Amino acid sequence: MDKKDLLNSVTVAKFIRDGYLRYDEVVSKELCQEAKKAILSGELNAYDHVGSPFSSIWNNSTMGKIFRLTKVKGIIESLLGPDPQYDHHYIHTNKAHTKGKANLHQDGDYDTRNYGFDLLILFYPEDVTENMGGTLLIPGSHFRKINSNIIKRYQHIVGQQQLICKAGTILFIHSNLWHSGRSNHSGKDRLLFKVRLSPAVKQVRTWNTDDIDNAAIQPILSDSIAWHGEHQRLEIINTVRLWRYMTGDSTSEFKTKKLWGTKLADIPKVIYQDSLRSMDMTDETV
Amino acid sequence: MNESQYRQKILILYLGNSNLDSGIVGWSLYDGTTTVEFDPTGNEDPPYQSVLEAMRDGWRVIQIPTISAPQIGREHQTDYLQFEFVLERMELIDG
Repeated sequence: MDKKDLLNSVTVAKFIRDGYLRYDEVVSKELCQEAKKAILSGELNAYDHVGSPFSSIWNNSTMGKIFRLTKVKGIIESLLGPDPQYDHHYIHTNKAHTKGKANLHQDGDYDTRNYGFDLLILFYPEDVTENMGGTLLIPGSHFRKINSNIIKRYQHIVGQQQLICKAGTILFIHSNLWHSGRSNHSGKDRLLFKVRLSPAVKQVRTWNTDDIDNAAIQPILSDSIAWHGEHQRLEIINTVRLWRYMTGDSTSEFKTKKLWGTKLADIPKVIYQDSLRSMDMTDETV
Repeated sequence: MNESQYRQKILILYLGNSNLDSGIVGWSLYDGTTTVEFDPTGNEDPPYQSVLEAMRDGWRVIQIPTISAPQIGREHQTDYLQFEFVLERMELIDG
């Protein structure tokens, strides 16, 4: 893809910190109408072939047009790399006047990857108003690998974000981000089209890295998220680790004079350094 | 007191630290006094600022989380909410 159509490093840093990116009204009203018709017709009810190159799916359909919009394609490639694989898609229809039980979860069971992740793409072909109980996200929850639905007990987390949006909005979500739906108190059904994609390459420098040295990046990665509480520093370590994996940076932070993370091997040399800062990258080749 | 006329409410407060006076990071309410289904919305404020504040309002603490060391090799791993305090209140129901 042309570099100008890819995300920049500052935006990728925000994704790594929060676990999602939101793009409002990125799909035209006309395409949203077409998509709604396609969804309601049932033509998208069946899974396609799991593991297929995403480029081979929906070639002559409305969904193909949407997911091949330059903007959408650029975001996907920036986060997953070229030629991602189709995992599955799902149509969520939350009927009018239905109560949703507390349903906070992470898709899948205990992701065992150290750094790699899939992308959940949530496309809303219709407006989502406050009383429709749109998707609820927990920013900064994607480093907490859990067993799918076990966290249903958690009803509220400080800083949770419930989606209110116009038709054509798309969320791009790290596959381990905690999320749920809520009750739809409106008189309209709420529609959501989700597709999950997997990387076909190692997710290293897959975006436009021209601004890789932008001074705004370090504060973004070191930002605090209120609900992390006393685990703040651990979460920052995990955030920085993912950033360093995705930028292919295996150098010591001591050498680059950034003290928010170093390799375990450096600790004996600088014994006064707080061991919490260690960021052993040796379990994964960078 | 006729025990059969009381029902339990459970309030779970998740704190940022083991200290009962530290800030709330999450919360859940399970109400045995009603049959109305729980219906959370996305933008509510926490009912209290800390466990201590809830205690001062009459809630009884029935679970305090254990402080434990991480497994070797998992020192930097975070997962479930660690500081989970369970509180209860018994309320008189009609009839």
